[in-house]
Amino acid sequence: MQNHAYRSRQLVLPLAAIFAAIILAVGTFFGSSGAANAQQTAASSDRIWQDLKGDVFGDRAILIDTGVVRVEAPKRAQDAAIVPVDIYIDPAKAPDGIKSVTLIIDVNPAPVAATFQIGKDAGVTHLSTRVRVNDYSYLRAIAETQGGELHMAQTFVKASGGCSAPAVKNQDEAMATMGQMKLRQFPPQETMTKAQELQLMIRHPNNSGLQRNPLTQYFIPAHFVQKLSISQADRPILSMEGGISISEDPNFRFDFTAHGTGDIQVEAIDTDGKVFRNQWPLEATGL
Amino acid sequence: MPIDRTRRKLVNGFACTAVSAAMLPCCLGRAALAAVGGLEFKLRKVADGVFAFQGVDELMSVANQGAISNLGVVVGTDAVAVIDSGGSLIEANALIAAIGKISAKPVRYLINTHMHPDHIFGNAAFREIGATIVGHRNLPRALEARGAFYLQSFREQIGDTLMKGIEIIPPTMLVDDRLQLDLGGRMLELQARKAAHTDNDLTVFDSATRTLFAGDLVFIGSLPTLDGSLLGWLRQMDALAAIGAARVVPGHGPVPADWPEALTAERRYFEVLARDIRKAIADGIPLSEAVKTAGASERGNWHLFDDYNERNATAAFAELEWE
Repeated sequence: MQNHAYRSRQLVLPLAAIFAAIILAVGTFFGSSGAANAQQTAASSDRIWQDLKGDVFGDRAILIDTGVVRVEAPKRAQDAAIVPVDIYIDPAKAPDGIKSVTLIIDVNPAPVAATFQIGKDAGVTHLSTRVRVNDYSYLRAIAETQGGELHMAQTFVKASGGCSAPAVKNQDEAMATMGQMKLRQFPPQETMTKAQELQLMIRHPNNSGLQRNPLTQYFIPAHFVQKLSISQADRPILSMEGGISISEDPNFRFDFTAHGTGDIQVEAIDTDGKVFRNQWPLEATGL
Repeated sequence: MPIDRTRRKLVNGFACTAVSAAMLPCCLGRAALAAVGGLEFKLRKVADGVFAFQGVDELMSVANQGAISNLGVVVGTDAVAVIDSGGSLIEANALIAAIGKISAKPVRYLINTHMHPDHIFGNAAFREIGATIVGHRNLPRALEARGAFYLQSFREQIGDTLMKGIEIIPPTMLVDDRLQLDLGGRMLELQARKAAHTDNDLTVFDSATRTLFAGDLVFIGSLPTLDGSLLGWLRQMDALAAIGAARVVPGHGPVPADWPEALTAERRYFEVLARDIRKAIADGIPLSEAVKTAGASERGNWHLFDDYNERNATAAFAELEWE
């Protein structure tokens, strides 16, 4: 409520807005160190969303629980820094295809966790990743169809509470290994269509920027993977614009339909402008 | 002068606890309410000049006043050192009061074994009595990243009354690798550890009595919580086991405990957890599924298993996926 102004710029200028969000969030966090930050509830999370949605989607209609998109997360986050979230798309309910999915965590300092663009004919129906969750909050997945319809699903997550904080566990290790990538390829499962699965892992602290340099007292700037693109044989499968709500060591697992036998290619860019690239041959699916 | 102030505070604090405990059934005043929290603060002697408080095997709550972790006191001929400040100012002040009963020497050092609230929320009470706060070189950074979150999330858990006056106070004396503190007639050997329970674990060894204060690198009975590195912790246990200690004061569990036998159960738990998680990863089972069953065979062996095992499994999965 007090800090919804910054969100209005978020779509236009994602990066600048994310920094503004951080500065505001930091101001609220540390400026009110004595005051209680009241615990969020489903109702207060929803009020934040009501304020936020116009800034993200304008006055476009958002259809709820149509089955086009589904989102799953544990009812209680076990580790606030690593909350698994699964997004499912039902192609039968969106015949013209899904263009993008936006993941929103209402109460986080930067609520737009990520926007995923889905490649045409990429066949992505399931995407799982891991996020930070600061407090009790709805997680929302908003899918945009090729035709421009918005469909939303939501699930409420109780924060882990206690000493599990949404922060990097092993800071030295995170910095030392930054940029390493790992790709796992899973053969198609019987229960699914003929699609195979990929899991992309990137070593990065994905720092929140909420830390203060103990000597200078200045806030250490946020440092996170801002853009990511994954393609096969130069055809885009999935790309992401993300922020600090994606967990350290960003991790994405998704199904897709291979086209030919070309390599899997990945490019990630962080907020320092560092570019991390890698590619792997497509593994035979064993069929 | 600081000592006078301390002791006055001690007396007040102590009297308050004792009187209110005694008068509990008939007294509805403020003191009685405080005593409903019933912090019966008992420092037990574990070796010559070495004392410890044993916390309860629970989550921090209004009822236990945050007193869930073990705290230590070492008395030299010149000064006293305290190991961890507890989970509230009420607890910290009760600790200071209890120290006043066993020594008139000033509390010169408060040593924080790591960043978690049940070990550092009492820090302000020790700043008040002029103690120098000592910690791992990574502790200030860890508290910067988490302090505001801790203040918020624990207010929800233990309430405004118990949170009153709690501040996140980082150490001013940092341990880069090893540091010796001279208390007069005895040396404390502090060692900064590599990432294990957290990335800011510090151990304290009293060479005079060969007593090891392991902080949360050692849990007994109460499920260990993983907030650093599972592989690092397993490696650290090998290094710890080589310490020729006569006894250990663990971060949680019975005080004192035999050494190095105190590591046995904890090592078994992490080995089981690592085995289960590694199998899930090899089988392609996603994190959200794997954490529901990993480590389950250990359920009967630990307090607070259902509170922390899935969280440990989550952190372990994210780490072991990179092997």
